Amino acid sequence: MAPRAGGADGVTAAGTAAPAVRCRALTKQYPSKEGPVHAVNGLDLEIRGGECFGLLGPNGAGKTTTIEILEGLLAPSSGDVEVLGRRWGRHDDDLRQRLGISLQETRFQDKLSVREVLTLFRSFYRRGVEPSDVIELVGLTEKASAWVGKLSGGQRQRLAVACALVGDPELLFLDEPTTGLDPQSRRQLWEIIRAFGRSGRTIALTTHYMDEAERLCDRVAIVDRGQVIALGSPAELIASMGGAHVIEFSCAPGTALEPAALSALPSVRDVVAGAGDTALTVSEPHVAVPALLGLLQARGAELHRLTTRHVSLEDVFMHLTGRHLRDEDVLPA
Amino acid sequence: MKTYYPLRELTLARLREFLREPEAVFWTYGFPLMMAVGLGIAFRDRPAEIAHVDVQLEARAPDVVARLSARHDFVVAVHEEAVWRERLRMGKADLVVVPGDTLTYVFDPSRPESALARARVDDVLQRAAGRQDSVRTADARVTEPGSRYIDFLIPGLLGMNLMGGSMWGVGFAIVDMRVKKLLKRLAATPMTRADFLSSLAGSRLLFMLPELLVIMGTGILLFGMPVRGNWLAILALALLGALSFAGLGMLAACRAERIETVSGLMNVIMVPMWLLSGTFFSSERFPDLLQPFIQALPLTLLNQALRAVILEGAPLASQSWRVLALAGWGLVPFGLSLKWFRWN
Repeated sequence: MAPRAGGADGVTAAGTAAPAVRCRALTKQYPSKEGPVHAVNGLDLEIRGGECFGLLGPNGAGKTTTIEILEGLLAPSSGDVEVLGRRWGRHDDDLRQRLGISLQETRFQDKLSVREVLTLFRSFYRRGVEPSDVIELVGLTEKASAWVGKLSGGQRQRLAVACALVGDPELLFLDEPTTGLDPQSRRQLWEIIRAFGRSGRTIALTTHYMDEAERLCDRVAIVDRGQVIALGSPAELIASMGGAHVIEFSCAPGTALEPAALSALPSVRDVVAGAGDTALTVSEPHVAVPALLGLLQARGAELHRLTTRHVSLEDVFMHLTGRHLRDEDVLPA
Repeated sequence: MKTYYPLRELTLARLREFLREPEAVFWTYGFPLMMAVGLGIAFRDRPAEIAHVDVQLEARAPDVVARLSARHDFVVAVHEEAVWRERLRMGKADLVVVPGDTLTYVFDPSRPESALARARVDDVLQRAAGRQDSVRTADARVTEPGSRYIDFLIPGLLGMNLMGGSMWGVGFAIVDMRVKKLLKRLAATPMTRADFLSSLAGSRLLFMLPELLVIMGTGILLFGMPVRGNWLAILALALLGALSFAGLGMLAACRAERIETVSGLMNVIMVPMWLLSGTFFSSERFPDLLQPFIQALPLTLLNQALRAVILEGAPLASQSWRVLALAGWGLVPFGLSLKWFRWN
């Protein structure tokens, strides 16, 4: 049996023609004691048919609120949303039939087996994938008869994704699909998501892991404080930094190195000075590293650590906001 | 390709969850069974009440003791005042006789067994002193099935269980799914509300059938309770009761975000009815002022209708106003909970 063949055919042609998701000037406010909180604050987005699109941002950036509005689970305070050319409130059943959704945290009934949960979810859709096929697809065949309560975190997450796939969706929404999972489970999920993407259908996911966005997504929107602050393919976003490499170093405490002196070094495009740690974005590390070492020597600075690596989306985020993506202490208000 | 029916799958999921939870099975079937058996045995064919009578220790005490001890339904003891006062307070003695030119009975008139003991002791002592009955009397004892306490109790237990089972079964299930964010996940599928709610009500009706059989079976087989009414009428009342209380359970659960909240709400709804609705003793005992309120409570309606049909053989039509009122108790909360239901 070819579980995904049926869905892939009809969709790719139509899917690539029109955007899968389009939203304009989206806002969502929640009341709170200190006045309204703007979880989403004028967000524009266009997700193309057939692409894997990532919303990347720190906790509290408004990713989940945004994706739940797109999924029709939350009503926006204002703004316009179109999904698969349809609108929530008018074509709900049609949309529900065509979307696959995995929420940030869902606990399925502990005392039902994997197969029973998937059979239940399959029954809601007019057409879809056989439960046994989707179980195989997510690698849970050995656990098909096991109760949900006995599954590991990674297996539960694969079950959640399987529930999203069992309706053979044209558009798959995944909210933080790998948060809190061990590296092996994350890689397994990435494989499942990539396999779905290869069938030509559309994926929209949120994540605060930049490696996840870099590996999975064709395009990424960096979201901060309810707005899109950067948009493009991971490569484009990285290129926008001006250099492809990062040099990170730290010196003995008390060493005075003014950013201006660092910016003046050859091939340095950007300087981010943190607590003790300094990161330089450079286009040519083989030029910048000797120059940096020369500067340190001239100042009599004692070097503790020096590394070079490729620029990541994390650096893009830092560059744009001055904050770390996963810095739990610096949540936007 | 295989055809899938969401209502069937949703109901099956509820049944599986229930049957795989030994505790739920016990509270639904085992507990009422134990209660019926326990209460039934406690109140079955009670022997003539033994009265515990203390006599104050003094010179004329042996005389009183001798007269009372001739009867086998008194347990007589002689104590000093300090001792019998303590025994009276602890309920070890029902009545104290203080001998003297005037016999004094010391007892708490609000304790039925004490008041009864006083009358019986007085009767024995007066006769012994030579009193004659002026009217001839004879006793005709009523112990035939249908008018005993156990016969009163079984339909009440059935009503109480239909209430508890439906309210917990539906209310708890909804809030549990909300806490797990499973409701939200289901709302993200094309599942229809009607299928979801029907599966809750339908699974409740399926669980209700063994409940009905367990309680009625205990009454009939163990205690010889007569069933004078039509079994279809009994089944119809049980179905209606289960559905009505399912509606109330849904209302209690329609917005609650925590198990504690829904537990509290359901206790607020159920505890007054346990007391007032005539499960263990007749609701007629409460003051007249409260009667219109008590008679309108859903559990009172259900208990009265069940007793009328089971014990008196009343046709369902004779209970029509109770049936309608009970249906109202189901439909109005159901409508409100549909309006207020929170999936997220």
